[in-house]
Amino acid sequence: MSAPSPVQTTQLLGRGKREGRIFQVLCWMSTWSSVAILLILLIGVAYQARGWLDWEFLTSFDSRRFPDKAGILAGLWGSAWTILFTILFSVPIGIASALYLEEFARDGWLKRTIQINIANLAGVPSIVFGMLGLTAFVYMFGLFGAQGTFQVNQLSFLGLTIPLPLGRCVVAAALTLTLMILPVIIVASQEALRAVPPSLRHASLALGATKWQTVSRQVLPAATPGIATGVILAVSRAVGEAAPLILVGATTFVLYAPGNIAAPSDIVENPQGLLEAPFDSFTVMPIQIFNWAQQSKPEYRQHVAAAGIVVLLAVLLLLNAVAIIIRYRSQKRLNY
Amino acid sequence: MAPPQSEPSGAPQRRASALSQPQRAGREVSHAAQSSEAAARASKIDSKSTGPVNVPKPESKSSPPLNTTAKFEVRGLDFFYGANQALYNVSLDVPARSVTALIGPSGCGKSTFLRVLNRMNDIIEETRVTGTVLLDGIDIYDRRIDVVELRKRVGMVFQKSTPFPKSIFDNISFGPRLAGINGKARLAEIVETSLQRAALWSEVKDRLKESALALSGGQQQRLCIARALATNPDVLLMDEPASALDPASTARIEDLIFELKENYTIVIVTHNMQQAARVSDQTAFFYTGHLIEHGNTQQLFTKPKEQQTEDYITGRFG
Repeated sequence: MSAPSPVQTTQLLGRGKREGRIFQVLCWMSTWSSVAILLILLIGVAYQARGWLDWEFLTSFDSRRFPDKAGILAGLWGSAWTILFTILFSVPIGIASALYLEEFARDGWLKRTIQINIANLAGVPSIVFGMLGLTAFVYMFGLFGAQGTFQVNQLSFLGLTIPLPLGRCVVAAALTLTLMILPVIIVASQEALRAVPPSLRHASLALGATKWQTVSRQVLPAATPGIATGVILAVSRAVGEAAPLILVGATTFVLYAPGNIAAPSDIVENPQGLLEAPFDSFTVMPIQIFNWAQQSKPEYRQHVAAAGIVVLLAVLLLLNAVAIIIRYRSQKRLNY
Repeated sequence: MAPPQSEPSGAPQRRASALSQPQRAGREVSHAAQSSEAAARASKIDSKSTGPVNVPKPESKSSPPLNTTAKFEVRGLDFFYGANQALYNVSLDVPARSVTALIGPSGCGKSTFLRVLNRMNDIIEETRVTGTVLLDGIDIYDRRIDVVELRKRVGMVFQKSTPFPKSIFDNISFGPRLAGINGKARLAEIVETSLQRAALWSEVKDRLKESALALSGGQQQRLCIARALATNPDVLLMDEPASALDPASTARIEDLIFELKENYTIVIVTHNMQQAARVSDQTAFFYTGHLIEHGNTQQLFTKPKEQQTEDYITGRFG
């Protein structure tokens, strides 16, 4: 039995090609089906929100009785403050933890324990974080008595007042969200740090740099794109969270923005508001949308909620775009 | 491992004199004679040849006297990676202002020995060193020694060039900035001097702010040499600096080493015996962690004392 006849060979080739093509088509369909679903959702929502999404919607507070007067201003400001503080807390802690675990911790049972715990935290349901935030940050384990019993005056020349326990305020929510997104940031940052080639560290050390100088001046800048990606993913998740924040007190019907700052002009008029805002009660966009989706009047359910969704998605897109720009620019510098 | 069949056309000429003479003029004069010698040498080199590598004698002097001041004095060095011993009782003097080549087959411990000299092995966990390593009479493994300062005095260039992903200027000025030099004028001066010493200045002087990653392989390696020179070291350790480069770049690196020899002590690890013969004053032959033989380069290549050395040089193994 010598080489197979030409007919047999072409049959073999044909079968392989067919299977390959089928697989290709399946992959193509999977990719585009997810895009298609997303597009359908977006178009559907945008269609429902047409006519209801206007400047008035963006600049008014909520209204229980008049759907056409309802606005998302309270949610916008609340989300902005919450996300600002979440980023402020989570990014330094997350990056520092990743640096410690990757660069300074010695391999051993302690390091493994920490890493397992961080990985586990990533899988905890968000409502559980809400309960945790309620006990630890809102009530502070009851250490300070009932809500707002004690007041701590810091920075007396500015008149900053921190209530203890924190109560249902922006800072408590930010701390809760920080706990929730910290594992994502830490894991992504660790991966980014691991991707920096050891030769870079060796070269830096050989020039007489200490370990910290090597890490801060060479390794961390080189890992910035990966870290930025992790932060984007984490913060995007935090912006859209409702469950933990309901527990931590983002009240659903709110007629004011934190610190009474509803427009940039208010900052100028009342700078004190900037210091009060972090400790003021608040609401966030996902919760306002949730609230509207449950109203009895159909206009709320169909149109106002849709308009809120469009605004939320726009904010998410904006955040992502900013972060992608940061990542792109730092990546351009690193990979010539 | 067979030695290469022929010399590259741009090969550096054999050194006329190791002392601080106008070496370029000396080399140009003897260029014609040298190249014919190189050709003759090339024809003699082939695998499994019976005689050792034919190292041509320099024109003016018979064999340049080695500088007798020892920069490094290594006595009884044992090195362990965990439970494995990598170096056995190595004792070697590295003379100042000269080039010492470390040769030997893969895995013989020459890179490990090189890294002992600037304590780069400290980064690897579970390594142990016994014995003494003296730099200008000071034991560098003494507990009181600041490793950071040591590495500023003993610079290192790696096999694969590793420019930082920053501009050329930032690459070179990294070392001085670590030492606390921050003045713009001073840094610019240091950068220029270092690039000139590394024979790279003319090629990059208009694009100092551009990324270092845009340079060619040979240029990147010279950049790494300039970067190491910026901290004003006494010693340059080079771990196979030209093995990843084409012959023309290799020749330039070797020329550079020859120039640097006037002011710096250089220790170079190389797989390429021809390179060791061309470039170094003293050669040390390592084999499975033992220092088999060391001495004047010409002597080692023409009249090796140990049978193993001769076998390695003639290509019988390795």
